[in-house]
Amino acid sequence: MQQQEIYTRLTKIIRDVFDDESLVATPEMTAADVAEWDSVNHITLVVAIEEEFGIKFKTAELEKMKNVGQMVEGIERKLSA
Amino acid sequence: MVLSWLPIREDWDSRLLAAKSLATESLGAALRDLATSRMEVSQLSKLDRAFTRAVSASGSELAGLGSIRLAILGSATTSHLPAGIRVAGLRHGLAIEVYEAPYGMYWQELMDTSSGLYSFQPDVILLALDARHLAAAQDATSEAAIDLMRSCWRQARSSFSCQILQQTLLPVFPRLMGNNESRMTHSSATIVDQINQSLRTESETEGVDLLALDTFSAVEGIAAWHEPGIWHRSKHEVHPRATQLYGDQVARLIASARGRSAKCLVLDLDNTLWGGVIGDDGLEGIVLGQGNGIGEAFVDFQRYAKGLTDRGVILAVCSKNDEKNALDPFERHPEMVLKRDHIACFVANWNDKASNLRSIAKTLNIGIDSLVFADDNPVERALIRQELPLVRVPEMPEDPAAYISTISVAGYFEGLRVTDEDKVRSQLYQQNAERTRLMESATDMEGYLHSLRMEMSALSFDNIGLARITQLINKTNQFNLMTERLSEAEVAKRMQDPNFITLQVRLTDRFGDNGIIAILIAAIRGAEADIETWLMSCRVLGRRVEEACLNVMAERCREAGVQRLIGRFRPTEKNGMVRDLYSRLGFTLLAEDPDKNSSWLLDLSAFEPTSVPMKTNTLSGVTV
Repeated sequence: MQQQEIYTRLTKIIRDVFDDESLVATPEMTAADVAEWDSVNHITLVVAIEEEFGIKFKTAELEKMKNVGQMVEGIERKLSA
Repeated sequence: MVLSWLPIREDWDSRLLAAKSLATESLGAALRDLATSRMEVSQLSKLDRAFTRAVSASGSELAGLGSIRLAILGSATTSHLPAGIRVAGLRHGLAIEVYEAPYGMYWQELMDTSSGLYSFQPDVILLALDARHLAAAQDATSEAAIDLMRSCWRQARSSFSCQILQQTLLPVFPRLMGNNESRMTHSSATIVDQINQSLRTESETEGVDLLALDTFSAVEGIAAWHEPGIWHRSKHEVHPRATQLYGDQVARLIASARGRSAKCLVLDLDNTLWGGVIGDDGLEGIVLGQGNGIGEAFVDFQRYAKGLTDRGVILAVCSKNDEKNALDPFERHPEMVLKRDHIACFVANWNDKASNLRSIAKTLNIGIDSLVFADDNPVERALIRQELPLVRVPEMPEDPAAYISTISVAGYFEGLRVTDEDKVRSQLYQQNAERTRLMESATDMEGYLHSLRMEMSALSFDNIGLARITQLINKTNQFNLMTERLSEAEVAKRMQDPNFITLQVRLTDRFGDNGIIAILIAAIRGAEADIETWLMSCRVLGRRVEEACLNVMAERCREAGVQRLIGRFRPTEKNGMVRDLYSRLGFTLLAEDPDKNSSWLLDLSAFEPTSVPMKTNTLSGVTV
């Protein structure tokens, strides 16, 4: 899957989970940038991503994800595995 | 994790967007429709938010939804449960407001009367205790765990008149021995099994309803419900991806206690109860039993439907066929498990199924929202979902071997107790249909009523009748004056209190015993008695049972020195039929407010018992 498609699908998930139609997934985006991005919604986001792409993250992988760009890389790695 | 019985709505996202601009009356129905669809995790989240906003904006109840306050008391993380529960509540016609006790503080919240739990005043308490909390410690025992839970239940019971839901334990522990783990007494896995087993008997004794997480998680398996990774990260025992299904189980239990479980399974015939089309294939051509793989699947499905009648679910048939053809297999096919007399209402014609379903509900005297419609044809299913959104329509799989599991995991008929009457209910509805036929040919109403040879007994509540009385109080919606729901404990209190007059009314006639058909509870205050509860089964409408009940109530009041009898009416969406009951019975109107709540007075010094077409037995029951 192309990175662009991942960003597109991720943007929809982010809008749905954080209730903000103006959000766009960008590589530098972090929880600090989004009002609704608390620890509970973060878990919902991860579960939604796993469901959308049919993948499962390990704890070690999740702990390394500090921004959306790293999340996308994580998704890419899983999809090509 | 897919809720397989719910349909997929391709335009779900655009429908949610459109719903947001609807007026309140249509908004509730639109959101409920969206909840009755398969949803992804992100969609669940969106719907929950839209629903929560709609509930707080509408002030009081969103049109048609009952409001419930649910408190979740957990020993670990419960953060993802409320959304699943709220949306499931919406699916079941409830607006559930959820209070979550702070992390791990189930005990403190119960024991401290100044806690958030006490300000919240729950209608339902859910005890979500995780398996590690109760069984991981070196000195853990199943007895200690049960003692702990019992203390929680008793505290909850004495502090609140609420339904208590106890989550059973998820089997999260690895087996250290293997298949014969039970031979290792201190294995946590074994302790979990023992606790879950004890909970089956303890819950019944203590009046607690089980949320059988151990059983329903077994359908997809422990790996789908629990992942050690997310437990270690954030102490989620139930994985967030399973919260839709968890929520639906919780909502079913709450709905069941409030009389909102479905009551009737309406079955299509061709390719639903047998393979093929009877009108075309004939008796020899339909596929049913006879060692054929597909035929055996249909036989099993019929067996399942019959099993439902053993616990009080009614069966109806709704088929597009000539009636003669439709009846043929019931009468002559050797492999039919269902016989004509298992079907309380048999409709086979060429009318549209929506009209037929309306007519079935009317004939059986139950709400349209009590029906489940099982039909293999997606076109028929879509029609009913559109025309009658309150009818529950499972998405039937293509393989008939999967029909049973689809309907059973949907939990439409969730029940909490089986009474003796449940076991014969199907027969009662059959008999009632016969009574209706008889009536149609007898135009002399009084003559007809006398010909029924009715005998009524009106006794005080007793322990034997307690479960059935409570069940009726909680499930009767139409002939119900105040629609006050009471827990079994509250009913028992009234039974034992000499300041209450309680009446359980049974009726037999020449077709059989109708069981308990009316419940009255009146509170005595000096020379006045106030009828707080009056409900009656719709099966006995039009027989002047109301007048007979009033005769008995008046007599009991006079024995207690009461001179003024007050009746009250609180209007709901379903009880329009009793709006002018008190007026018809000769009470005078005392007051009526703008919401149409009314109170009425009968002066007993001037009251003469009405002559009624039945024998009445009022020997006082023993209240032990």
